[in-house]
Amino acid sequence: MARARTQILLYTVAALLSLAGLADATYLTVQALTGETIVCGGSASCSDVLASVYARIAGIPLAAFGSLAYFSAFGFATFAVFGYARARIFFALIVWAMFGMTLWLLFVQAFLLHAFCRYCLLSAAIIFLLAGVLVALPPSRHARAP
Amino acid sequence: MRRYLPFIIVTAVGLLTIGSGAMLYRAKRLSMRTAPKNYIVSGLPGGEPMHVRGRLDAPVTLEEFGDLQCPPCGTLAGAIDQLLRDYQPRLRLIFRHFPLVTHQRAREAAFASEAAGLQGRFWEMHDLLYRGQSIWSNAADVRLSFNTYAGILGLDIDRFKKDMGSEQVRQRVAADRQRGASLGVTRTPTVFINNHALPAASVTPAGLRAAIDAAMKAPLP
Repeated sequence: MARARTQILLYTVAALLSLAGLADATYLTVQALTGETIVCGGSASCSDVLASVYARIAGIPLAAFGSLAYFSAFGFATFAVFGYARARIFFALIVWAMFGMTLWLLFVQAFLLHAFCRYCLLSAAIIFLLAGVLVALPPSRHARAP
Repeated sequence: MRRYLPFIIVTAVGLLTIGSGAMLYRAKRLSMRTAPKNYIVSGLPGGEPMHVRGRLDAPVTLEEFGDLQCPPCGTLAGAIDQLLRDYQPRLRLIFRHFPLVTHQRAREAAFASEAAGLQGRFWEMHDLLYRGQSIWSNAADVRLSFNTYAGILGLDIDRFKKDMGSEQVRQRVAADRQRGASLGVTRTPTVFINNHALPAASVTPAGLRAAIDAAMKAPLP
């Protein structure tokens, strides 16, 4: 019983974190689409990062893929709260995929662009927290079949 | 009901995200266009068609002579975007090229923006060039940077490369520069509000705002 409560609590936290990431990624997507210069606390680092070749895939802003990923994570976490077993697997898969992508993007910012975007760092922090939640989750026994 | 609750929550969040994203996009998206060919802002001609941001019939015109490699111009671009949003629809921006000889890559950057303009993406390239100014200014191969930006904007790269070296693009930039020279422009950014030059010290966000306010209060000629 305590295990189930902990799981519900952690998936709820994960859903809320995903919502925060979704807001961040949606904002960055809109900025990329409008072509607006983003100034982070007086420095143009955000724009250096967001205007770089690494910020788009096939012309589509990377942030748009981020929005989709966060939305998926939110959806899976929400379904997991309601006991859907398969949603937990998908949630774990997408969070680890996002985690891997985040490591790559941090590498790009630190070593290739030599510039950091604060909105991107916020997103990285959210994904690290999501990975933390995933690690903290106790193994499930009585999940509802999808 | 509990069975459907996750579907309802996820759908609601999805719709809310799309709706708020669309609203944010509409609020931020300024009218960006290239004016009709015969549309001239004052008696003095410049590169045609001119590049306008904001409404074509706005009562106040901010005409900027800029150099895409000039850092203060890049800083000012963000401030001007904010002013356009704040004063919409009463303010329009006209951008004129004034590449300085001290900036070795400024002319090429101007050509790149005009080459993008020939495919209808002048402002997008203008913004990208200002955003990535510190990157392409120091890049080993600046053409590669411009081609990359053209790719980001989804331009026809072959056409873009060809247009960058075209006489049409060179003449367009030269015409802007000529207009600047005829108005006594020697430095960038130089700003005119309704054809009145702003002193260099006033080319700041606060100075521009004061000048625009004054222009809005001034009686129409």
